[in-house]
Amino acid sequence: MPVIASHLHAWRRNPNPWLGPATLALLAGCNPAQSVLHPAGEDAAEIARLFWVMAVGAVVIWAVVFGAAVFAIVSRRKPTTERGADLVVLFGGVVFPTVTLGALLAYGLTLLPDWGPGEPPDLRVHVEAEQYWWRVRIEGPDGAMIETANEVVLPAGAEVDFHLTSPDVIHSFWIPPLGGKMDTIPGRENVLRLRPTTPGLYRGICAEFCGASHAFMAFEARVVPPEDFTAYLAAQAEPASGDASAFVAAGCGGCHTVRGVVELGATGPDLTHFASRATIAGILDNTSEILREWIAHPVAFKPDARMPSYDMLTDDQMDAILAFLGGLK
Amino acid sequence: MTDAATREAQERRLEKTWETPKGFAYWSDVNNTSVGIWYIVTAFAFMLFGGVLALIIRAQLAVPEAGLVSADTYNQVFTLHGTVMMFLFAVPIFEAVAILILPAMLGARDLPFPRLSAFGYWCFLIGGVFVCGSIFFGIAPDGGWFMYPPLATEQAGIGADIWLLGLSFIEVASIAAAVELIVGVLKCRAPGMHINLTPLYGWYVLVVGGMILFAFPPLIAGDLLFELERLLDWPFFDITRGGDPLLWQHLFWIFGHPEVYIIFLPAIALLAMIIPTFSGRPIVGYSWIVLSALGTGFLSFGLWVHHMFTTGLPSISLGFFSAASEAVAIPTGIQLFAFIGTVMLGRAQRSVPMIFCLGALATFVAGGLTGVMVAVAPFDFQVHDTYFIVAHLHYTLIGGMLFPTLAGVHYYFPFFSGRLLSRRLGIWSFWLMFTGFNVAFLPMHLTGLLGMPRRVFTYGADRGWSELNLVSTAGAFLFAAGFLVFVWNCLKSWKYGEDAGHNPWKAGTLEWLSPSLDIGMRSIPDISHRYPLWDDPDIVRRSLEAEGYLPDAEEGKRETLVTTVLDATPVQVLRVPGPSFVPMVAAVGLGGLFILSTFHFYWTALASGLLYLAAQIWWLWHGAAPIPEKTEKDVGNGLVLPLYRSGPQATGWWAMFITMTGDATAFLALVFGYFFFWTVHPEFPPEGSVTPGMFWPAAAGLLTALAWGLTLAARLRNAAGAVTTARFLLGLSVAATLAAAAAFALGPLTRGMDPTSHSYPAIVGALVLWVMAHLLAGAIMQGYCLARSLAGKMTPDYDADIWNVTLYWHFTLFAGLVTAAVIGFVPGAQ
Repeated sequence: MPVIASHLHAWRRNPNPWLGPATLALLAGCNPAQSVLHPAGEDAAEIARLFWVMAVGAVVIWAVVFGAAVFAIVSRRKPTTERGADLVVLFGGVVFPTVTLGALLAYGLTLLPDWGPGEPPDLRVHVEAEQYWWRVRIEGPDGAMIETANEVVLPAGAEVDFHLTSPDVIHSFWIPPLGGKMDTIPGRENVLRLRPTTPGLYRGICAEFCGASHAFMAFEARVVPPEDFTAYLAAQAEPASGDASAFVAAGCGGCHTVRGVVELGATGPDLTHFASRATIAGILDNTSEILREWIAHPVAFKPDARMPSYDMLTDDQMDAILAFLGGLK
Repeated sequence: MTDAATREAQERRLEKTWETPKGFAYWSDVNNTSVGIWYIVTAFAFMLFGGVLALIIRAQLAVPEAGLVSADTYNQVFTLHGTVMMFLFAVPIFEAVAILILPAMLGARDLPFPRLSAFGYWCFLIGGVFVCGSIFFGIAPDGGWFMYPPLATEQAGIGADIWLLGLSFIEVASIAAAVELIVGVLKCRAPGMHINLTPLYGWYVLVVGGMILFAFPPLIAGDLLFELERLLDWPFFDITRGGDPLLWQHLFWIFGHPEVYIIFLPAIALLAMIIPTFSGRPIVGYSWIVLSALGTGFLSFGLWVHHMFTTGLPSISLGFFSAASEAVAIPTGIQLFAFIGTVMLGRAQRSVPMIFCLGALATFVAGGLTGVMVAVAPFDFQVHDTYFIVAHLHYTLIGGMLFPTLAGVHYYFPFFSGRLLSRRLGIWSFWLMFTGFNVAFLPMHLTGLLGMPRRVFTYGADRGWSELNLVSTAGAFLFAAGFLVFVWNCLKSWKYGEDAGHNPWKAGTLEWLSPSLDIGMRSIPDISHRYPLWDDPDIVRRSLEAEGYLPDAEEGKRETLVTTVLDATPVQVLRVPGPSFVPMVAAVGLGGLFILSTFHFYWTALASGLLYLAAQIWWLWHGAAPIPEKTEKDVGNGLVLPLYRSGPQATGWWAMFITMTGDATAFLALVFGYFFFWTVHPEFPPEGSVTPGMFWPAAAGLLTALAWGLTLAARLRNAAGAVTTARFLLGLSVAATLAAAAAFALGPLTRGMDPTSHSYPAIVGALVLWVMAHLLAGAIMQGYCLARSLAGKMTPDYDADIWNVTLYWHFTLFAGLVTAAVIGFVPGAQ
């Protein structure tokens, strides 16, 4: 219980980073950063259109069926033959559904992605969903992998293939405004193709129940103009620098790689350009005060998180680590 | 025509014979009336428990970042909510209602296996209390009701084991009830009730019973593999050792989707009984409805992949399963429009059951339409695992199951209590529930479209879901209030309700014939119409004045008629057992086996299992097809029927056949597992695997065939009067069976296969264990027949025992030969 309390404390005190662009929409009662109905990608737009068509159809059909039932009960004028009733069953139960469903299938199934060998994508992103964070590797133009975590930056207008897997349990990778979700399954690699169109900040989440912190398994999806993406990629490819002595002494390097500084273990998220990210662990504002609390008690924010608590660090040690991490632009 | 005094004496004898025991002995009752009522009350009690869990969920989600429960508790709560509602309410309530009303509807005095009903009930109660109770100790399963590995296989603690073992135990009870009900519909209809005169409810029971038989066994097979992985580390779902987590998803949803229709169809069946009554005319499109019910049942087995649209399947599969999922809307639509047509042609009478029917229609149609939407795979990619699905499934389940069931309770309350439910409270409870339900679940469609995923224990205030969630929570509490009004109505009316009199709704079907529940009907009339009380008004008099069959119980034995499957020609007087504690003891023993295994108390579990076995044998020995004191009896109207039947004309043979069909389905699910691995691995068994070789599997197959042949020969010799030869053959067959079991084990053992090393030896091990368990049970049955023969309880004329055992052996031969072929002769397995 104290775990949850301290977590809530932190969350309330620090407004979430998605608020910025979403403020207006929030006033209207909803937040488009995670909405299916506010598409920012080609697939999501097509599916939203499909939804509206189906929704209107469903409301009309519901009204007709229920109206027929009420009419049947209320009406005093009775058909004289059983033939009338047979026709109701035949038309309502067979003819109408067959035609409507046939048309719906013909429309809906054209939206199915083709997973066979087709056009090569403009960009490949490899995502490993882990309890409870996202390991992201972007395939650079030269084929080199650039690793980051809990953020996915995408160029607007590009066809992107996400290669999805997981080392532990089944998760599901989902950025609602960009398109449908796809499970990440241990031992398999699923490919999800999306084409983001509108630059903006979106929220990606895990959609398949994966354990205690399923609710906190999120990431930032940022769609940027293509030129910004090139710059982002170049910056991310650079190695880091800084005084990592406290970081190494505390053992952080055993799990976290900081390219160019500590490359010992890779169990946890890569922190090479940590300070350039909007969030800590996908869910918290990336500020030095929050980071201090996170390092001391990760499970207070994410129950069952794999990172141990570092509440034994002295203030000096912690300050040194925060200074190092804060410099990883 | 018998005189009044004789009739009086007959009636007294009938009443005495069918009397419900008093005091503590009440709990030994096995009559369908008592068991049906216990079953219904227990299922509703579990439903209330599941409802409280739902309210905890809604309270936690009422506001963002709430701290009412921790993530861990929340996960236990939602897992148990789904599990309880599906396994402890939705399926059992079907069985409960059917056990209560089916015999009267068909013109039978009881179901053919009363002790099996009671056994099923006690299993359900024990298993249900065990599974529900776990949450009070904080050890409830928390991997979701779908229990996906690897999350659920790797979970520490015993939560997953409680789910697997507790529910397997309850599934056994469900299958027992299905067997009972199927045989009831097929063999226990009143004389003259041709299959096409059977009330629609009977048809639905038949369809649903059949579905249970094919849907539950794959889950039981899956549970077995899952538990083997958890207890013995056999890696069926572990990718590092050749397993695959998707195997579980397939097995689970091959069960899970038909399950939805297993829940839905019996509720629709209640509508099919209620609507004609309140329309004052027979149902429109009887044959359409029967065919649609069959079609729905059949199609429901081809839809399971729509729960797996986001697992990365090829587009061709997605297209196929999308189309199949849409197609199921057609038979469903036919059934609903047949109901609407019935109301159109009739003169609708307003009543509380009809309000519930209309509410059910409004709700279910909405759920069906969102179902059509999510069946389109691309749309499902977006809304899968969001609150849109939560809304959709509750619309289908509440509209397709809860409201019809409540309509049924209002309708049948006078049938089993003799009193009417309060109309005023009924209307209040309906409107509270209907309003509360829609306030709770309609907004969830939008919540899901705004991106709220399922199974999150909290959410951020900035998501824009706060108001929607608060509204949903308010609706949920309103819904709960309505349900409490319903409960109060039942409790109050049970004691103080208005006296219903005879046939209060002026219904046309046979269950309203008799005013007394205990003896069923005074005498069993000939049936020649679908709505006998409407089309043959004299039938009530004929029955009450003892002009039908079985008007007496001269020998003080409980008797009912067995008829032929299609034409319902009477063929036997079936004597059904009276009150007995044995079913309860057997259920306690079997429950102990499952429950103690959960806690790894293996020795006490074994002792409990032996208690079960002893109770089971005692049960069969005393009273399963006993040799009657005379060969035949006069059942009235000059009709003389035999008291004993064996082979395909006996109910016991049918029960064995149906049970073994389910058993074979579970076995085939294991074989499916083998070939699933075969398809996902480039080479299976993998290069260099240790295999059982060909010799031992071949020997095992041959020995199984020998054991089968000896059993069959024993039956034939016994029937021919060569009792000594038959006994000798039975003795030999036991030896051959044990040798076959040993030969199955020796292949993997002598070659040193290690089931923990890879999925290949593990699935071979599972198949071998399965067939060995069946062989050992087969040996016990052969020994049982031998003992019965020696004790003079099985003779050339009275040979039902060995008929049924031979039938068991046909299936065991099939399982043995398939297993031998798969482990020894599939390419690469040598």
